[in-house]
Amino acid sequence: MTAVREVDVLVVGAGPAGLAAAARLAAAGAGRVEVLDREQRAGGVPRHCAHGGFGTWSRPLTGPAYARLLAAGAERAGAVVRTGVTALDWAGPRALHTVGPHGPGTIAARAVVLATGARERPRAARLVPGTRPAGVYTTGELQQAVHLYGQHVGARAVVVGAEDVSYAAADTVRTAGAQVVALVTDLPRAQTAPARALDSRLRHGVPLLTDTTVAELLGHGRLSGVRVRHRDGRTAVLPCDTVVFTGDFVPDHELARRGGLTLDAGTRGPAVDGSLRTSRPGVFAAGSVLHAVESAATAAREGAHVASAVLDTLAGTWWPDGVPLVVDPPLRWIAPNRVVPADSLPYVLRTTAFLSGAVAEVTQDGRPLHRERIGAAVPNRTLRLTARWTSRVDPEGGPVRVGLTGR
Amino acid sequence: MTVTSHGPLPATTYDVTVVGAGVVGSAVARELSRHPGLRVALVEAQDDVGQGTSKANTAILHTGFDAVPGSLEARLVREGARLLAAYAAESGIPVEPVGALLVAWDEDQHAALPGLLEKAEHNQYPDARLLGPAELYAREPALGPGALGALHVPGESIICPWTTTLAYATQAVRAGVDLHLDCRVGAARHEQGVHHLTTSRGTLRTRLLVNAAGLHADTLDRALGHDDFTVTPRRGQLLVFDKPARSLVRHILLPVPTALGKGVLVAPTVYGNVLLGPTAEDLDDKRDTGSTAEGLALLREQGGRILPALLEEEVTAVYAGLRAATEQDDYRITAHPEEGYVTVGGIRSTGLTASLAIASYVTGLLPGLGPTRELEPVRMPNLGETFPRPYQRPELIAADPEYGTLVCHCERVSRGEIRDALAATIPPAGLDGLRRRTRARAGRCQGFFCGAAVRALWEEARS
Repeated sequence: MTAVREVDVLVVGAGPAGLAAAARLAAAGAGRVEVLDREQRAGGVPRHCAHGGFGTWSRPLTGPAYARLLAAGAERAGAVVRTGVTALDWAGPRALHTVGPHGPGTIAARAVVLATGARERPRAARLVPGTRPAGVYTTGELQQAVHLYGQHVGARAVVVGAEDVSYAAADTVRTAGAQVVALVTDLPRAQTAPARALDSRLRHGVPLLTDTTVAELLGHGRLSGVRVRHRDGRTAVLPCDTVVFTGDFVPDHELARRGGLTLDAGTRGPAVDGSLRTSRPGVFAAGSVLHAVESAATAAREGAHVASAVLDTLAGTWWPDGVPLVVDPPLRWIAPNRVVPADSLPYVLRTTAFLSGAVAEVTQDGRPLHRERIGAAVPNRTLRLTARWTSRVDPEGGPVRVGLTGR
Repeated sequence: MTVTSHGPLPATTYDVTVVGAGVVGSAVARELSRHPGLRVALVEAQDDVGQGTSKANTAILHTGFDAVPGSLEARLVREGARLLAAYAAESGIPVEPVGALLVAWDEDQHAALPGLLEKAEHNQYPDARLLGPAELYAREPALGPGALGALHVPGESIICPWTTTLAYATQAVRAGVDLHLDCRVGAARHEQGVHHLTTSRGTLRTRLLVNAAGLHADTLDRALGHDDFTVTPRRGQLLVFDKPARSLVRHILLPVPTALGKGVLVAPTVYGNVLLGPTAEDLDDKRDTGSTAEGLALLREQGGRILPALLEEEVTAVYAGLRAATEQDDYRITAHPEEGYVTVGGIRSTGLTASLAIASYVTGLLPGLGPTRELEPVRMPNLGETFPRPYQRPELIAADPEYGTLVCHCERVSRGEIRDALAATIPPAGLDGLRRRTRARAGRCQGFFCGAAVRALWEEARS
């Protein structure tokens, strides 16, 4: 057995959420704050997003620059960031077994923050039939291959998906010197800013195949093409040597699940209230493990937000239960997904259907709590709901429901 | 030690050549390497050992309880199971003796169970017994509703098929066998006691020849002027579920074969996953290892009945293998002594279990092999979950921190293991081969996190 090392707060995952939480906690005098990351460098997904859109309006940054800034900020505040260390499993309610080049370890903490992030579902999980050739990527792998390792990708790529990350993947394909053959989405239109979709189609000449799925991968050894099928039954083969499966993010929730934390049926991440408290006292979660995925800025905001709840817990504040927060179709999920009356963190949601003039309605046991105009609802894009209604929630009542109506 | 994958073949005349480096061919080559005087070649059309049926099967170490009593297969499976269990323990091949349950879902299947029990006894397997529904559900609480009973076969185990083939081939190469990869055999002729094989890498000459070409065994047989059997590729599609599914199932759940055909199985894997499959589709094309929407839908439908909660878990791999079906329900191992030729055909899904017994049987059919010796034991890297993996071994990490540096996080594969595999006696020819040797990229993310890093290690080793 290895000796148990004690810290005040243990953060698992040095992405935007974990680093922001650690920086805020260390600066606020939470004691010994330690961040673990299994990768060799801190920063999480922004490490390999070599495009802009990070940082603030007044100080725009690329992903890698943003990752460096967050890591430096956490360390400057006094947090210890340990990379190359994997949290393997729980050693107690707030203790984790770890391993790294220095061997095994056990770390016990007064509070744990899970910030383990999310991943894209790969081809196998999507049950795409066909052969198993080389040249099949997710965006995560593609971006690391191109931006971190300078690896060669193929010459002609089909991108599966038409949301923001899909267009980012198409940019990465072009950066690598390859041609984007087409974007393919099973939805009737693109799920990105109209200007971005237009730019892809007109300036880069990339067709967008809507209402279309990838029905089969072809080729032995190397991918030779993908067979696509339109909703009306027509099929066609797109010759290509590379295919990138984008989007369809799921939380990397292994540690939460191993710990027996309650998971939300919609997000499949740990269920949390507006203070990002999980079902286990002293264990919090923040970032994309809660909602796969939101922007790095949202994750970092949550990291900063969770810090104050962690400080309250360290000071001995009671751990409330909260009531479940559930969604009705066409909504897919909401996060946070438990609610206590004091909650103030805005909510993020996802829809499965395109709606314009959408209105969200919040009820509890049939009692209306709140109505809010959402505007345009687009699948795979963030919808936001304020927390102005949480004080009206009956903590002894049934689940709070959120519905969405529109045209 | 000689492993080649390009360039001309040696000009010498080999004493024995084995065509096909699957689990059977590799086992035969290993058995031949026990004869120190022999020059032996193992030739393989693809770029790695175990690339055909041997890599895409259900990974079960059978007892042979349900073989046709009195058949060659029944005998070799029975012997082979015992030999392979001992070999696996010595070589570090992961095996888990989880036992099997043949679950009856309707009256026809339930009525077939006593006959299967009797068959097991005929096959000298005395440990099988019938279970009622109460005991069945006590053993498998996550089983779907409606099961009527089961036959429990406690001796059935799960095994790592890739490590098995690789262990045989590694031991053979270390004992002096020449392994020639990317060497496809086309025409063949026998002249003055010597076989001349025309291959994609030139002519190979050999005195004795063993045909272990699996799916292509009939083609090679015909090239040598025989017409004993035809191999029909029978495709089996399989789904692999992520590790949280492992707690749903404790035994191998086998279908009960009836006149209406054979269903699919649900089985744990030694890597801590759950396998669902296979389909059984007779095809014409021996390269058609693609999965189909219909096949996957069928598997999910049947799997959902056997273990409903399974379908909630993530799928980490979809694959399809081709089994070598022949017209006959037994192995086709035939010696042609006048030609110095043995054909090892029709080795069905039990071939992995029987491999060591097949090897011993086949070498017994070859004349004049000379004295034998004990082979240097081989110790394979552990890919299984029942014994400590390198990241779980503090003493190993203390001696070499590379074993504590994880690269593939889903499967917890260290940089040390990847380095070792790349420098092994039979190194992988590509990332798929590396995956089979280490499990790197075999997990739920399929490379989202580690794919580029693993590729970088691979490219570095190659340059």
